[in-house]
Amino acid sequence: MRVVAALSGGVDSAVAAARAVDAGHEVVGVHLALSTHPQSFRSGARGCCSLEDSRDARRVADVLDIPFYVWDFAERFRVDVLDDFVAEYAAGRTPNPCVRCNERIKFVAVLERALALDFDAICTGHYARIVPGDEGPELHRAVDHAKDQSYVLAMLAPHQLSRVLFPLGDAVKAEVRAEADRRGLLVADKPDSHDICFIPDGDTRGFLQRHVGERPGVIVDESGAELARHDGAWGVTVGQRHGLGVGTPAVDGAPRYVLSIEPVTRTVTMGPRELLSVTVIECGSATWCGPAMLDGSRRDVQWRAHGESVSASVAVDRAGQLSVTLDQPAEAVAPGQTLVVYDGSRVVGSATVAAARPAELAAP
Amino acid sequence: MHYLDHAATTPMLPEAMAAVQAELGRVGNPSSVHAAGRRARRVVEESRETVAASFGARPSEVVFTSGGTEADNLAIKGLYWSRQAADPRRVRIITSSVEHHAVLDPVQWLADHEGAVLDLLPVDERGRVDPEELRRRIAQEPGDVALVSVMWANSEVGTVQPVAECAAVAHEFDVPFHTDAVQAGGQLPVDFVGSGVDALTLSAHKLGGPLGVGALLVGKTVSLTPVLHGGGQEREIRSGTLVAPSIAGFAVASAVVTRDRVARTERLASLRDRLVAGILQQVPDAVYNGDPVSDPACRLPGNAHLSFPGCEGDSLLLLLDAQDIACSTGSACSAGVAQPSHVLLAMGATPQVARSSLRFSFGHDSSDADVDALLAVIVPVVQRARSAAAVAEVRVQ
Repeated sequence: MRVVAALSGGVDSAVAAARAVDAGHEVVGVHLALSTHPQSFRSGARGCCSLEDSRDARRVADVLDIPFYVWDFAERFRVDVLDDFVAEYAAGRTPNPCVRCNERIKFVAVLERALALDFDAICTGHYARIVPGDEGPELHRAVDHAKDQSYVLAMLAPHQLSRVLFPLGDAVKAEVRAEADRRGLLVADKPDSHDICFIPDGDTRGFLQRHVGERPGVIVDESGAELARHDGAWGVTVGQRHGLGVGTPAVDGAPRYVLSIEPVTRTVTMGPRELLSVTVIECGSATWCGPAMLDGSRRDVQWRAHGESVSASVAVDRAGQLSVTLDQPAEAVAPGQTLVVYDGSRVVGSATVAAARPAELAAP
Repeated sequence: MHYLDHAATTPMLPEAMAAVQAELGRVGNPSSVHAAGRRARRVVEESRETVAASFGARPSEVVFTSGGTEADNLAIKGLYWSRQAADPRRVRIITSSVEHHAVLDPVQWLADHEGAVLDLLPVDERGRVDPEELRRRIAQEPGDVALVSVMWANSEVGTVQPVAECAAVAHEFDVPFHTDAVQAGGQLPVDFVGSGVDALTLSAHKLGGPLGVGALLVGKTVSLTPVLHGGGQEREIRSGTLVAPSIAGFAVASAVVTRDRVARTERLASLRDRLVAGILQQVPDAVYNGDPVSDPACRLPGNAHLSFPGCEGDSLLLLLDAQDIACSTGSACSAGVAQPSHVLLAMGATPQVARSSLRFSFGHDSSDADVDALLAVIVPVVQRARSAAAVAEVRVQ
C-alpha cells in the first residue's frame, strides 16, 4: 500500500512509521503543521508544532529513508479544534480537544487529502488495534492498557478504520522506546507529551482567560446561596474541587465540588461530594465504529481518556441518542465529555455527554 | 532524478569542484604574513580579480561574504547605518515589493529596531518596477531617503528589473543604490560598473560554485558601515577569515559562466520555452507568470513559473517528487509551511492562485530529457492535485 505516516516528531509515530516501512508499504512521512504561529527554538518552549518537533519528524524520515513533507492544517486546526475548545468551555461543557482533532483533522482532513493524492491509508502512532471482524474492521483497545488510546479514536467509522494503520496496537511503551533506540531514531528518549498540545504550559485556565476574556458570575452552594464571585469560570469542570477561590467551608466542614456550570448566567454551583454522584448519563447521537448497537445492551462505558470503564445498560432511542444507566453510581460526569461504549476490548461507538443525574431524579 | 530547481541551488561545475578540492588540502590563512599565508592570499587575490573581471568590477570592489544573504544584509544595514551617521534624517528605505527575504527582512528589521521607514515600490502584473514611480517616491522627500534596493532578476518569476535606469534615478538624488543579483549572476550579463549601481550581491552556489560563499561588490567611493566586526579583513567592511577554497571555487565558476554565457542562455531559454509551451498545450488553463517575453533582457532564461488553477502547489510538488522530478513552489517557508508568495501577491494574484504555483528552473546540466519527463506526467499530476484540492474545498463548505 501507499501510506502516509503522520510524524509528530515523537517516538510513537516514529516507530509506527518504521513498522509500516518494514511491513513493505511505500511510506511517505508527513508532519502536520497545526499552529499558525510555530514556536521557534528561541522561545524555548516545548510544545506541539514547535520547529523542534518539525525537525525531529524530518530526521525520523531521514533515518527511515522516506520522503517527508509538512502539511499545513493550521487554519483548519484553529477553526475545528481551538475555536471549538474555547466555545465548548464558554458554553459550560468540558471538551476533549484530542478527540476533536482526531475526528475533524487527522482522520478526516488528513485522511481525505492522502486518499485524494493517491495514497491508500494513513498510519499513526496511536495505541489501539484494528482487528478484522465478521462485519468489517473492528477497533480494539491496545495491548498496553496503560497507553491505550482507543478512547480518543472511538469516533472512527468503518470507512475510516479500513484506511488506517495503528502499528503500535500490540506494543508496550517501553518496547517502543527500545525499538526506537535500536533503529537509530533520535527521538527514542524524547519525553511523552501529556498536555493539550496548544497549551504547552498546562495552564488551561490562563489559556481560556486569554481567549474568552472576563466573564464574571457567581459561585453558589447547592441551596443557591452565594459563596463567592468569579471573573470567569474558565476551564472549570464538573467535579473540580480546587482553584475557584471559595474560602468559606461548608457548614459541616466538608470540601465542596463543582456540581454544574450554567453557561448563560455563568453561575457555578458547588456542593458536597455525594451530590456529584450520578447513575444516568444522557448523550447525543452516537457514532458507531461498526454495526449500530442494539437498544438495551449491557456494555462497558468510559467518559475520560484515562478513566476506567464501568459496566452499564445502554439504551438507544430512535434518533440514535444514547441513555446510559450505570450499574454503580459514579462521580463527576461533565457535559461535553465523550462517552465511549466498549464490548470487552472492542470499541462499539461513542457519543457526547449532554447531561448526567442521580437515578432517583426523573428525566427533566 | 530530473532536477528542475536550479534557482534553489545548481550543481557545482566540475572546474569549480577541482579548484575547491585542490585548495582544501593546503594550509594558510590569507591574512598571515609567512609563506603559507602569502600563498593562500595569492589564491584569494587572483580569485578576486577573476570575480571582478566576470562581473565588470574592479578587484578592490569585491568584498567576499558567506553568501547572498550576508551580502544583502551588509548592503542594506551597512548603507543605512552609514547614511544615517552622515544625516539622521535619512530614514526611508525604498525597495521593491518582490525582493527576496534576504533584502526585505533586513529592511523590516531596521524598521522595527532602528527607526527606518519602509517604502515598497509596487510592480506591474509581470513583476516589474517602474523607474518613474521610483523617481516620484524619492522626489516626495529626497532628503529622507537612506538607500534604494531593487533586485536584478526575480528569484521566483524571473522578471528582470530595469536596474540601470533605477540606479540612474537614485543617483539623480545622490541616493545610493543596491541590487541583489543572486539569480542574475549565472544567467545574465551582469556589469557592475556599467549598470551604475553602488552595491551588488552575488552568491556562488547559484552559478555553479560552492555553497557558503558570495560577494558584495561595493563601489570604491561607497561608504558602508560593517556588520561583522573582527580582524578587519576585506577593507574592514567584512571581518572573518577568508575561505580560500570556497573563494577559489567561486572564482572558477564565475569565469566559466561568463565564458559560456551566450551559448548557455540560448540553451536554457529554449528548454524553458519548450517546457512552458508543452505545459500550456496540455494544461490549457495553466497560467504562465512573470514576463512572457523569452528575451533574457526581460526574463531569466532558466526560469518558468506557472499557476495551475484548482491545485495546491504543495500537492503538485509532492506528486512530482514521487515521479522523481524536483521543482519548487518558489515561496518562503516558516517551519516548512508554505505561505502564499509575496511576489505573486504583489503582482496582483489572489492568495489562492499564489498557492497554486510551481517554479521550474534550469541550469547548466539541464537537458531535453528533463523537459520530456515533466511533460509526460504533468496532466495526471495536475488532475490528481485538482481532485485533492476539490475534496478539501467540499469539506470547508
